[in-house]
Amino acid sequence: MMSIQAQQPVRGRAEIVPDPGYSLTPTGNLRRRLIVSRFVESGALIAALIAVGVLGLMVFFVAERGVSVLSWSFFTSRLPVSGGDGSVGGMGPAFVGTAEIIAIAIIVALPVGVLLAIYLHEFAGPRASSIVRAVVDVMNGMPTIVIGIFIFSLFVYGHSFSAWSGSLALAIVVVPIITRYSMEAISHVPGSLRGASEALGVARWRAILTITLPSAWGGILTGTIIATARAAGETAPLLFTSSSYPVTLQLNPLHGISSVPLQIYTLVESGYPDAIHLAWGAAFVLLVVILIANVGARMLLRHFEKKRGISA
Amino acid sequence: MNRTLKWLCMAIAALIFVAMVGLAFQIINDSSKAFSKLGFGLLTRSTWDPQREQFGALSLIYGTLVTSVVSVFFATLLGVAIGLFLSMLAPRRVARVIGPLVEMLAAVPSVVVGLIGIIVIAPFLAKTIEPALHDVFGFIPLFGPPQSSGNSIFTASVVLTFMVLPEIAALTRDVFATVPRSLTDGAAALGATTWETIRGVVLPTTSSGVVSACMLAFGRAMGEAIAVTQVVGGQTALYTNLFKPGDTLASRIAEEFASPVNMLHTSVLYYVAALLMVFGVVSSLAARAIAHGTRIRN
Repeated sequence: MMSIQAQQPVRGRAEIVPDPGYSLTPTGNLRRRLIVSRFVESGALIAALIAVGVLGLMVFFVAERGVSVLSWSFFTSRLPVSGGDGSVGGMGPAFVGTAEIIAIAIIVALPVGVLLAIYLHEFAGPRASSIVRAVVDVMNGMPTIVIGIFIFSLFVYGHSFSAWSGSLALAIVVVPIITRYSMEAISHVPGSLRGASEALGVARWRAILTITLPSAWGGILTGTIIATARAAGETAPLLFTSSSYPVTLQLNPLHGISSVPLQIYTLVESGYPDAIHLAWGAAFVLLVVILIANVGARMLLRHFEKKRGISA
Repeated sequence: MNRTLKWLCMAIAALIFVAMVGLAFQIINDSSKAFSKLGFGLLTRSTWDPQREQFGALSLIYGTLVTSVVSVFFATLLGVAIGLFLSMLAPRRVARVIGPLVEMLAAVPSVVVGLIGIIVIAPFLAKTIEPALHDVFGFIPLFGPPQSSGNSIFTASVVLTFMVLPEIAALTRDVFATVPRSLTDGAAALGATTWETIRGVVLPTTSSGVVSACMLAFGRAMGEAIAVTQVVGGQTALYTNLFKPGDTLASRIAEEFASPVNMLHTSVLYYVAALLMVFGVVSSLAARAIAHGTRIRN
């Protein structure tokens, strides 16, 4: 270093003297390129703001029209008579009904989704894995209304409308969601845990049930909450399966049970102002529950990731 | 026990395989009556009169394609921009707030989107946006005179745009995040501006992932029934004017399947569902094939 510096004056290089008049502001071509870049960057920011703004506006519209509808009788009284103008009645049975329909759907979908994830992670060879993944992708991309009329054709046509068939349709809709979250969670389980259990001679099934699944349960739980929120808002799978129901509380899943999204749809289709008024109230409650579930699921996931030492 | 668990898992995998094949079989089987009577004529005619057993789905296919293409086009523009913003431009803390908010847009139930669409968005578009577009671009037949109700192909496209936007934004964000840091840093070291890095490095290395995300969004847009049926207007006539009412395949099933006029009508609706199923499967598998080799989370 010393020698190089010492050589410089010998070579006769001119010393660099800072020019106080020289500006650091880019000019000419660079200036143009930077302007284009800034323009695009602000465009991206605006796009993000548009999306967030639309979400905000949607929540605002629903809240503005929905909050005033809420009352004790809105939550407790029976549904308005179908074909009526919707001036008398509430949403009580629909809230209970939706809870029941979703519960059955999740009871079916959760084991299926988790076992699929275990199969893909633990047992499937490359060939079987790519086929099953493709089937899950197809399932995920299947229009929900097609799933609805499939279940109608299989279990409702010639029999009767039933809540369990609606739940089954919803289960088909949410299985890919649970599978995806479970797979992600299982793949994040540290290999050292499995390696340690194998070194101790723990049987594979026991390692899966007592080590892999408990370590992955945060992700599985998050996926289940997201799936529940999705199922709560789906209308199309219920449109032809659990679409005939009494206006009073009915809990037998062998018959049709009312649900919030379908009741909103029916009220809006009827077109009466009172019915639409009621629909806004129901939409508000549904939206709030779904958004809270989503926020909760995300916070939960972050909590579990932090615990594992992964910052997302 | 090892074997029990393995067999149980394999049985579940087989079960969902059978369920999907069974779905395809059942829908095609139920549509066979319509298919033997109408053949592929359903795809080329546009008269839809269940009473007189006249069925043509051309206008439904047209409506489905127009609403999907328009919505995916705009959702891609916005979604890719959001994906870039979240993965490259925004500070981490900002991205961690805005990312989940954008994804939450997808959580709004379609029936609620439809309700907002019919009461708020449709009249708004009919009174402000549509007349403005008509005044400026009126010479293009797509932007004809607006209708008073606002229930139109255009409104359905707008509603669908915001329904598929979160999916494109989330998928492309994840794809952009996989671009190796060394590539973007290299571009920056060569003096590229942010935009030049995006255009020269990020987009070319992730193009398959972006196209795949668009395919998935396209499939979702085509299959959406409830929100569309509430705002599209439910007409079978073919118009070039986007501001006129129309209908889509999924929406027609939602409207008419519960109260068919005759046996053929039911079968035709299964036929329509079969078309929808084919579109859905093709777009899912195409997205899969395109993304092959690219890391894409779905």
